Amino acid sequence: MDQSGFENLKPRLVLTGIAKRYPSVVANEDVSLSVRPGEIHAVLGENGAGKSTLMKIIYGVTKPDAGTILWNDRYETITAPAQARRLGIGMVFQHFSLFETLTVWENIALALDEHIPTAQLAARITEVSEKYGLPIDPYRLVHSMSVGERQRVEIVRCLLQEPKLLIMDEPTSVLTPQAVLTLFKTLRRLASEGCSILYISHKLDEIRALCDTATVLRGGRVSGTAIPRNETNESLARLMIGGELAECHLTPREPQEVRLEVDHLSLISSDPFGTSLKDICLKIRSGEILGIAGVSGNGQKELMAALSGERLSPDASMIKLMGRPVGTLNPAKRRAHGLTFVPEERLGRGAVPPMSLAYNALLTGAQSGMVRRGMILPSVMRSFSKAVIERFNVKCGGEQSVASSLSGGNLQKYIVGRETMLQPKIMIVAQPTWGVDVGAAQLIRQALIDLRDQGVGLLVISEELDELFNISDRIAVLAGGRLSPSVKPAETSIEQIGIWMSGKFADVMPGASACAPSRLETADA
Amino acid sequence: MLRLERRATPSSLMRFASPLLAALCMLMTGFLLFSALGKDPMEAFYLFFVKPVSSTYGIGELLLKTTPLLLCGVGLALGFRASVWNIGAEGQLTMGAIAGGGVALWFGDSDSSLAMPLMVLAGILGGMAWAAIPAFLRTRFNTNEILVTLMLVYISQLVLSWLVHGPWRDPEGQNYPQSQGFGDAETMAVLISGTRVTWGIVYALALALVAWIFSQKTFAGFRMQVAGLAPAAAAYAGFSEKRNIWIALLLCGGMAGLAGICEVAGPIGRLQQQISPGYGFAAIIVAWIGRLHPIGIIFGALLMSLLYLGGEAAQMGMGLPSAITGLFQGLLLFYLLATDLFINFRLKRVDSGKTRPTAPRESVA
Repeated sequence: MDQSGFENLKPRLVLTGIAKRYPSVVANEDVSLSVRPGEIHAVLGENGAGKSTLMKIIYGVTKPDAGTILWNDRYETITAPAQARRLGIGMVFQHFSLFETLTVWENIALALDEHIPTAQLAARITEVSEKYGLPIDPYRLVHSMSVGERQRVEIVRCLLQEPKLLIMDEPTSVLTPQAVLTLFKTLRRLASEGCSILYISHKLDEIRALCDTATVLRGGRVSGTAIPRNETNESLARLMIGGELAECHLTPREPQEVRLEVDHLSLISSDPFGTSLKDICLKIRSGEILGIAGVSGNGQKELMAALSGERLSPDASMIKLMGRPVGTLNPAKRRAHGLTFVPEERLGRGAVPPMSLAYNALLTGAQSGMVRRGMILPSVMRSFSKAVIERFNVKCGGEQSVASSLSGGNLQKYIVGRETMLQPKIMIVAQPTWGVDVGAAQLIRQALIDLRDQGVGLLVISEELDELFNISDRIAVLAGGRLSPSVKPAETSIEQIGIWMSGKFADVMPGASACAPSRLETADA
Repeated sequence: MLRLERRATPSSLMRFASPLLAALCMLMTGFLLFSALGKDPMEAFYLFFVKPVSSTYGIGELLLKTTPLLLCGVGLALGFRASVWNIGAEGQLTMGAIAGGGVALWFGDSDSSLAMPLMVLAGILGGMAWAAIPAFLRTRFNTNEILVTLMLVYISQLVLSWLVHGPWRDPEGQNYPQSQGFGDAETMAVLISGTRVTWGIVYALALALVAWIFSQKTFAGFRMQVAGLAPAAAAYAGFSEKRNIWIALLLCGGMAGLAGICEVAGPIGRLQQQISPGYGFAAIIVAWIGRLHPIGIIFGALLMSLLYLGGEAAQMGMGLPSAITGLFQGLLLFYLLATDLFINFRLKRVDSGKTRPTAPRESVA
């Protein structure tokens, strides 16, 4: 395998001057990029930098406003994904497009442009999947598969068409660290066979480990190109965000009294393809952050709903807030006991899209003096809203701006700010920095740490392991609806947590369950 | 080829202009229609839209018909804002008329001053009770309130029909399916002498104002609005979906019930087989053309009332069929939906396929 051999080859794909403008935003402007056979080329950028739009243009989903696509020395106008596939371009999307009630081979047959008899197709699926180290059973139903396995189906579906160029859109966001290594092996093998790979990500470590070359996008334009191996995380980040990456620091602090206690909580999911919670136990004390790691789809949504009160527990004492059983109270009543929460879904759940920021303060702040005898007090509502905007540096046109006019990062700052300024005793946050630019993410993490230092107990559910290691006092893993015991970040490693993320914590620590006293708590006692 | 494309920012001016545009389009179509029927359109227009309101009596009739439309329209709009799709105001109106009318018949010739307040109360409660059925079924069994409220309209009309054919029929009424006429104490006072308009219009306007305060200034109104705009946000904030459904249906039921009693204790003066020419259904159009806003609904109700009057005048003065009223209502709704579409979308021309100017066609190889 000659890793550097592609440098003398003619480019397989050359993009020149690609532009795509939407009515309110310029997604791409004058983007040029070239990929040679066998090259793993990173497209690096923050959320909203225009990576996905660019890939959709190559795959024929989106039509560019300007620019040319040169494919194997011919100018092509790619108008549909089917045409892209005929040219030899395959794409694995960030959000999978699989039918859960169908089997693997049925899903793959649906996407194929030609008809292949079942037995033959199943045999090819097995052959290709084993060749590239992605074993899957063609007769399994998709809903019974983990997210990582589903991604394999998507990749195998592309590989069956023997692509010359494979586009991977943020493939590792749904994988455990171990699964990431397997994926990298597969991609390297593909590249060594001459397949070009466009690898989209904002994770700097991964890009430095995997990719030969990188094009960095910022605000829809190319802000630089690099050989990732020769760069540091800092130098790549500078290209990506145009500034320095700041770090959060957690000063050691002795946690105080228990504020939130979950005691043997089991809940059958109301969604037939959801994850049921099984025997969850956890405790959060004043002044600590408990991070919950795990690949999404392992019960995070269900745990969040159970804690917030959107889903009620069978027994009130399964969830205790400040010592009081609240398992059967609705979200508004739990708020009255000092709970606030930031949901994963910002627009539509955390905020009402067509309402102003001021009214969005009222959404959860009604119990904080914004309502008297059933009447709204507009001045209180507005001044609260203004204070949030100012303190959390929310970029908007004032408290009368409608929520849907804010960017994702700014809206998240507003929601986190609102929940913070409601003076919680316990705050629960899901995916605090998902889809948020680096600057806003930094501010949000610091806000969470500040709350902790003021004695609030926090529970943070996140898919970003780096983030959890950065801001958590203790980390636990949610896998298959079960919660692992919690450990201090210093006493564990990314690898260890990765093994737990695949659900293997009972094997590692015999008899381990979060319900038994954990190492940390025995140490405390 | 033309394609609908979503606008980046919907025009807020057009949100308010679209009901006016719709009314204008309705008038223009009416113009063509009258011409096609061989009538002089200007004369027909005068007869339809001007003559009915050119006298004090005419203004009174306009306000009289505005009353039930306004009451039902405001009630429905409260629900529509919370995504509670009550389309059975007609049935709630009928039930209000039955309950209030029943009290009137019970008082008979008595001149008790309690009669009218109790009738109004019974009318409101009757409408509420009828709306409580879909509220219970929706919150308990998750049934679709569109179907339940609609079906209950027909049931209420059959109940009324049975009552006036059977137990409540006036023994001296020569077998007409109607009750005894209400006494003076059971009839609403006339507001403007020389007309038939009652105090009902004052109640209706006052309630429109209260509804405006409720939806703009109270937390309960805010909760209902959130439930309509973003159900997930309402769940996240802990607003009870069931409570919203109950409030929406009971408020509308009460207002429609009041409309019903205002009709039978006002211009009609007794219970009879038919008490409403579809006010409850026309009020759905009124609510939308008024942008679900109480002030807008006042104008919507006046316009709809004029269509009823004009339709009657056109029947009498030009010998046009009674369907003319329904036709204009239909035109109005049709044009409103059409103009509303263009608030959020615009038509865009798309070239039919192959030619795309961005890439040079020749190969460089």
